Amino acid sequence: MPPVRIKERSRAKKGTMKRLIKALFKQFPVRLTIAAICIAFNVFANLCSSVFASLIAGVLTKGVIENGGAYNAFDWSRTYETNVMGNSFTINTNIPVLLVMMGSIYVLGVFAAWWWNRSMAIVTQKYLNNFRIAMFNHMEDLPIKYFDSHPHGDIMSLYTNDIDTIRQFISQSLPEFLRTGLSVLFALTLMLINSVWMTLVVLFGAFMMVLNTKYIGGRASRYFIKQQIALGKVEGNVEESIKGLKVIKVFTHEEKSCEDFDKLNDQLGEFSTEANIAGNITMPINGNIGNFIYVLTAFVGFLIFAIPGFRNLTMVKGLVDMHLDVAAFNSTIVGFLMMNRMFTNNISQFSQHVTFIVMGMAGASRCFDLMDEKKEEDNGYVYLCNIKRHEDGTFEETSEHTHDYAWKHQHHDGTLEYKELKGDIVLDNVDFGYVPEKIVLHGVNVYAHPGQKIAFVGATGAGKTTITNLINRFYDIADGKIRYDGININKIKKADLRRSLGIVLQDTNLFTGTVMENIRYGRLDATDEEVYKAAKIANAYDFIMRLPEGFNTMLTSDGANLSQGQRQLLSIARAAVADAPVMILDEATSSIDTRTEKLVQEGTYKLMEGRTVFVIAHRLSTVQNSDCIMVLQNGVIIERGTHDDLIKEKGTYYQLYTGAFELE
Amino acid sequence: MKHKIKLILGSLRQYKRYAIITPIFMVFEALLESALPFVMSIFLDLAIKVNSFEDITTFYDHARIPFMVSLLVLIITMVVMAMLSLLSGILGGRYGAKASVGLATNLRSDIYKKIQSFSFANIDKFSTSSLVTRLTTDVSSVQMAFQMMIRIVVRAPLMMIFSAVMAFVAGGQVAWLFIGLIPILGIGLFFIVKFAMRIFTRVFKRYDALNQSVQENVTGIRVVKAYVREDFEKEKFNTASTNMSKDFIKAEKIVALNTPLMNTTIHISNIAVVSIAAYIIGKYSTTMVNEEGNIVVINNVLSIGQMSALLTYGIQILMNIMMISMIMVMLTMSLEAIRRIGEVLEEEPTIENPEFPLFEVIDGSVDFSGVNFRYKEDAEKDTLSNIDIHIKSGQFVGILGSTGSGKTSIINLISRLYDVSEGEVLVGGVNVKEYDLKTLRDNVSVVLQKNVLFSGTIADNLRWGDLNATEEEMRRALDIAQASEFVNQLKDGLNTHIEQGGANVSGGQKQRLCIARAILKHPKILILDDSTSAVDTKTDRLIRKGLKEDIPDVTKIVIAQRISSIEDADQIIVVDDGKINAIGTHEELLKNNAIYQEVYYTQNRVGGEQ
Repeated sequence: MPPVRIKERSRAKKGTMKRLIKALFKQFPVRLTIAAICIAFNVFANLCSSVFASLIAGVLTKGVIENGGAYNAFDWSRTYETNVMGNSFTINTNIPVLLVMMGSIYVLGVFAAWWWNRSMAIVTQKYLNNFRIAMFNHMEDLPIKYFDSHPHGDIMSLYTNDIDTIRQFISQSLPEFLRTGLSVLFALTLMLINSVWMTLVVLFGAFMMVLNTKYIGGRASRYFIKQQIALGKVEGNVEESIKGLKVIKVFTHEEKSCEDFDKLNDQLGEFSTEANIAGNITMPINGNIGNFIYVLTAFVGFLIFAIPGFRNLTMVKGLVDMHLDVAAFNSTIVGFLMMNRMFTNNISQFSQHVTFIVMGMAGASRCFDLMDEKKEEDNGYVYLCNIKRHEDGTFEETSEHTHDYAWKHQHHDGTLEYKELKGDIVLDNVDFGYVPEKIVLHGVNVYAHPGQKIAFVGATGAGKTTITNLINRFYDIADGKIRYDGININKIKKADLRRSLGIVLQDTNLFTGTVMENIRYGRLDATDEEVYKAAKIANAYDFIMRLPEGFNTMLTSDGANLSQGQRQLLSIARAAVADAPVMILDEATSSIDTRTEKLVQEGTYKLMEGRTVFVIAHRLSTVQNSDCIMVLQNGVIIERGTHDDLIKEKGTYYQLYTGAFELE
Repeated sequence: MKHKIKLILGSLRQYKRYAIITPIFMVFEALLESALPFVMSIFLDLAIKVNSFEDITTFYDHARIPFMVSLLVLIITMVVMAMLSLLSGILGGRYGAKASVGLATNLRSDIYKKIQSFSFANIDKFSTSSLVTRLTTDVSSVQMAFQMMIRIVVRAPLMMIFSAVMAFVAGGQVAWLFIGLIPILGIGLFFIVKFAMRIFTRVFKRYDALNQSVQENVTGIRVVKAYVREDFEKEKFNTASTNMSKDFIKAEKIVALNTPLMNTTIHISNIAVVSIAAYIIGKYSTTMVNEEGNIVVINNVLSIGQMSALLTYGIQILMNIMMISMIMVMLTMSLEAIRRIGEVLEEEPTIENPEFPLFEVIDGSVDFSGVNFRYKEDAEKDTLSNIDIHIKSGQFVGILGSTGSGKTSIINLISRLYDVSEGEVLVGGVNVKEYDLKTLRDNVSVVLQKNVLFSGTIADNLRWGDLNATEEEMRRALDIAQASEFVNQLKDGLNTHIEQGGANVSGGQKQRLCIARAILKHPKILILDDSTSAVDTKTDRLIRKGLKEDIPDVTKIVIAQRISSIEDADQIIVVDDGKINAIGTHEELLKNNAIYQEVYYTQNRVGGEQ
């Protein structure tokens, strides 16, 4: 197997954000634009609260003053001149008009809020669905090498954790970014119009918040990484000790195990506490910086308005350009303080999203890595087809499922050439390495004539499975040639090549679904009758009928409710229903009891009849009657011949057979 | 459920004080937070008043000074409040983290210890992966829920109540308005959560199934590709994913009503407050001209500053209701984790030390008399019935039978990994139930069928047998188990690191290391449960020879598939369908026993082993 790469990249590649957002807008241009407009309007509507509050305060004061005392605030007929946003401009209005305006903006604002929330939810889910499907589809087309060189847990976490971080980014961080960004801008503008001086104070506070977020956030993420590493160790220990729990009990090792665990657990606790503390105090600090600023602006405002000397300082005079009547003060200070709160709240809210954005980008980056992997290439132009034979020995292509096959050569000039499939497979001086630097097979020659049974024998890592990986082109050879009925297998369409090879693998790998569905996996258009027949060939029929619901019994999580032997029988049945002209059998090593073993063996024997078969043997008993046995050692065939030949030769095979060596 | 929650909280121990102190700080922070706008409104009203003394000439007027002083005092008060709030926020955050992480750490330790105390029967009840989940993911979600509980659950309702009180203080009767709005928002949120949760629970199941299918594709990719089923799998996945996504959209659309509902209530509250305030202020205000000649608005019912305070409190009350509803959702979701953890903590170990245990095993004799055994009390059929076996100390005994016949069940009773249902098992002439468990298991060494090496060096693994084993002792054990040769060939010898699950040694090597580990325990009885299945016949023979010659006094009980592994035993027990079919020597059984004959002839025909 190629070396396994451990997950790298906890940080996003450059350009990930751009790629993600570009794809998002390409798929949902209209929805996203409307959502953005709605967000903007929603922000505007919420902001209007404070503007209207200050306006109303102004109008009321004016009204009382102009009326010289109590008056009916809801009187339509009279309007009052009021300053808006400091004294930049004035409008003539009254309370009822303001209330109606406020109400209508609110109604529209609520509608906008509903609309963008709804469409972001839809966009997120649809995008994720497309994303997931694209990722899965791409993954299915990747070469086996990808799966052999990446830990399966890492691939799985793309579909769970990483996609989830993308979801969080799109559905929450993205709108939040726009929302808080706009709010801050609006608030800033209004504050600037009101008072440059006080705004400077607020900006100083915002700067402090950013610093705080950076400092504490940095601390949090440092400990967070430590926490994750410690958690990994704890999980490793837990998994190991729970799997080995019975051994622990047998060796009365309980106390020692608890001690070891507690050490790791305490360390996790330590880092986790620090990470949590840092995470917990960011908000109160930012929030209270906001509070300080709130008080400070009030104080500065008070200085500006209440201490005439201060106001008359030349420097201040240019900046604070306003009439200082009572109404102006009221409307200005009330509105400003609200703006101030809004500004600081939004900044501290957004600071919480920074982590999500970083995580989302890292997740997206990992997913994009998978999607950027090169697909399995297939330049084949020779196809497999079923044929019907005529009495005179000729044959023609048919769409029926006959047990007869031919290779269909499609030439450049459009003519077709058919070549009968016989099952003649030749490996000619093949070299191969999972990585170019390390060749694991050297000059391998194999001649499998139609109907022959070829066995590979050798220790783990000798290269037995590798050879079969090459025949069905899970991997491509480095040097030499593999020919199938005289055709270089590179010219055969991969799908057709593989369809012509039935495989029973060491790992049985069943899928969630019924027994019937699992057997039918071999050939999707197999009738129920054909499935029953295949089950009988594989000796699986009897035990299937004893299952609670026979062929309709659901298999869960890789057939966990079946024994190892039964799962093997099912995978043989699956190969039997595929009815491929050439078989590759990777025998199982696991200890199954003698009776089931006999069943499995009989099943395989029946499957082998009349086919070219490659067998990877772990028990020599199964290979004795092979036409040719190849003994592999370190990627080289060191002995070849029939059982009797090899016994006579008194070489490695003989030693293996007599039990002088062990085979693992 | 109540009991389970109590059990889990019991793990707080030394962190209890943090758990109690955290909400206090959080409440304090909340109080300060909501009092601040109130003080601000006083400040504003006063500032407006001072503002009306607007005249440079009167700036030094003595009449002004008391006002200035009160304003300054108010500002200082607010600064102090903010500082206190900061302090309580930080302390609350700190202790909250300590309490919740502490709970999680203790909880993990407690669960781990509990699991270590489980008997085999307890272990069988839980699947390995479910125990791992309980110890990791579930504990994390309890940690989060607990943190939330002490930091926010107390805070949010209190904050709401306090804001409401302050609203009454600041705005008087106007505050009734909020009380009216609370149920509207509450009911709305309740229905949103209820309907969305119903869909979500369904969708998450689908999500799991989808991930399961990805998992199958990743591990079974060779099968997928060998059968050219890429397109079939893609289509299957696409349909499943799209269906799930449709359900998600359905749920999310309901959730999307959340913000507009929230906005609506806040807006209604704002408009109502403003209108009422406008009415009152308009109606009850008077103007007066102060000494400086400026016009001042006087209102003794509701001032402008109070109005702005009311607006703030209104938003605070409603926001906190939203918080409460979110917390409810989170807590509901953690209930499942609590239930699962509680289940482990509640589990009583089925096998425990006797009250007055024996600490010595006299010899290695084993006797079963009239033993019946079933794994579950309510099982229909006994796994073992009517077992009578008598093994003398130092004997070599073989057990043979097909899978599921009960071989392993028999030997598991000897070291009391399970307890018999009826009858008794004696070791050294004494019922196993009377021994101290550690003593018994140290004297009865079992090499399990599903054996495991742990990550660590080979020496670390061997020392499981004997913590203080010298290198010489380890070498001797390796010699007996025929493992010396390959261990010596390794670059680091005894210090070679074994990866998790023993991934870097072959099956046969693993088995031999496990045998060596068991020998190091210096037991009186050694049990090998199909422990040489991956070892070749020659090595198998040498191991048996080693056991016979080097530890002749130890009783050896061997379960085997291969007849060659047990044919020279003092007695061979043939087990079939939970009963003893025959007991005898190789020659006797070959003559009289049908099962034994069948196995013997199959193996000698196919296996070619002499």
